[in-house]
Amino acid sequence: MTIKADNLTWKIGRKTIVDEVSFVAQPGKMLGLLGPNGSGKTSLLRLIAGLRSPHSGSIILEGRDLKTIGRRAIARRVAFVEQHATTNANLRVVDVVKLGRFPHRSMFSGWSLADDEAVETALSRAGMAHKRNDRWQSLSGGEKQRTHIARALAQSPKELILDEPTNHLDIQHQIGLMRLVSGLPMTSIIALHDLNHAAMFCDHLIVMQNGRIVASGTPEDVVTEALLRDVFCVEARVEASPHHARPHIHYLAR
Amino acid sequence: MTGAHNSLRQFFAFAAAVAASFAAIGLAVGVSVGIGDLPIPLATTFSAVTNRLGWTAVALNRIHETVIWDYRLSRALVAAFCGAGLALSGAVMQSLLRNPLAEPYVLGISAGASTGAVSIVILGLGAGTISLSTGAFAGAFAAFFFVALLSNGTRGGADRTILAGVAASQLFNASTSYIVTTSGNAQQARDVMFWLLGSFGGVRWPELALVSVIVGIALVACLLYARVLDAFAFGDEAAAALGVNVARARIVLFALTAMMTATIVSMVGSIGFVGLVVPHVARFVVGPLHVRLLPACAVVGAIFMVVADIASRTLIPQQVLPIGVVTALVGVPFFSIILYRFQRAS
Repeated sequence: MTIKADNLTWKIGRKTIVDEVSFVAQPGKMLGLLGPNGSGKTSLLRLIAGLRSPHSGSIILEGRDLKTIGRRAIARRVAFVEQHATTNANLRVVDVVKLGRFPHRSMFSGWSLADDEAVETALSRAGMAHKRNDRWQSLSGGEKQRTHIARALAQSPKELILDEPTNHLDIQHQIGLMRLVSGLPMTSIIALHDLNHAAMFCDHLIVMQNGRIVASGTPEDVVTEALLRDVFCVEARVEASPHHARPHIHYLAR
Repeated sequence: MTGAHNSLRQFFAFAAAVAASFAAIGLAVGVSVGIGDLPIPLATTFSAVTNRLGWTAVALNRIHETVIWDYRLSRALVAAFCGAGLALSGAVMQSLLRNPLAEPYVLGISAGASTGAVSIVILGLGAGTISLSTGAFAGAFAAFFFVALLSNGTRGGADRTILAGVAASQLFNASTSYIVTTSGNAQQARDVMFWLLGSFGGVRWPELALVSVIVGIALVACLLYARVLDAFAFGDEAAAALGVNVARARIVLFALTAMMTATIVSMVGSIGFVGLVVPHVARFVVGPLHVRLLPACAVVGAIFMVVADIASRTLIPQQVLPIGVVTALVGVPFFSIILYRFQRAS
């Protein structure tokens, strides 16, 4: 067990956004978070990353309540990739990735060999080593997202949280990014819109609707015609793919 | 081996940059001291300083020495520190608010200072016991707290803070206009307007002591926060996800810049343009990482302000232009060139 959410509730004003959510993320596995727009995926991810405090319930990180862990200590093991993080500062790729070392350095400590190694490993894992000196404004959408993942990896996290990282990417970069994340040795929790990609790459899926978890389990258990109708309001046929054996969804035009 | 070689090279590059910066500031100050009704050669100024430090014993003209020590040197040095402080504030504000148009007065500090100043001068608050500077300083901080309150303390985001600053500026500027227009004394109103546009006239060693300490402390503190400012590049949320205590960083950095700006405004008036433009110029030269950007801003700001002060005294013979007029008149063409060249390069 790495991250466990226990009866999490979070509200904006009187509106409940995340409603008594509980789940456990298995170490080293990829957990997919699905649900229609406004179902509370992003809010749940922010709670898990410690960026918001829940109104009730708790997040348990390796046996400790997240509330009792300092911001910097959380950032040393949980990395978060936001949905649309951009900047008008014209940073180089390597400068952005170096930001990932922030939680590991004190105000006065210099740049260490360990920092260098973490940055190099992160750059090559994310496939951005050859673009290290490119400026942020000159990167494509896919490269920006890879740079963010490299920055997150430079944090040397045990848990990686990603909020719809494939949004606005073309299909090649979507698949490439999913492959990259599923190949990483750490626990990952990833919010996704593409249900076929989720079924293909994730080990475990959670489906949210109106702030609650309405389905949870392996892709085979979760991705069903009934769920697509009830939660996503679409007619579809689901069959095991002859190519990768995971469930594959055929949406019906009707 | 190469690592040691590299760090040695870095050290020399750093030392060379520091030496060059101080030489450039020193030269600008020296030229500034030399210009006026009584021209003083650079060598005389240099000897006067080394004499005072006890390094040399060159015989100098008494009048020259008096002019240097009692009037011009303190003025030039105050200009340098004010330029450094305003540029530094601007850079911090632009990074923290993630807005290239942010500047030291974005939190309503200059508007507050003007209200404070006119309250003292025209309304006669404090019955003559409080100086114009004190009033301006109090007004500046009143505006700052008003903005802090409006933007919901430190929880409000960058946009909210900017909007609160705009509201505060409008409120305090309107208050100033109200007081000025309803007062019968036109001369007083004119004096205040002149003061608002900025002037280094009348600043001496006590002012230098204050501004150098404040700007010095703020520079060191901001440098300690250089990496935190870098972490704000992708927004408050991203900074928090990297382990930054966003609320504390915002309080500390806003308070530092407010302190610096309020001190400068209450001393020499609200000098515009420097805090907006110098950070952009510095960014073109040294890039966006704050550990280099902040010192570069301080150096460029100092030189720019000293040069602007020289221009304010020499552009029109026998008359001193308000420094705020000069910074904009000299600065806009200069900035246009940079904007134009940057556009073509990218």
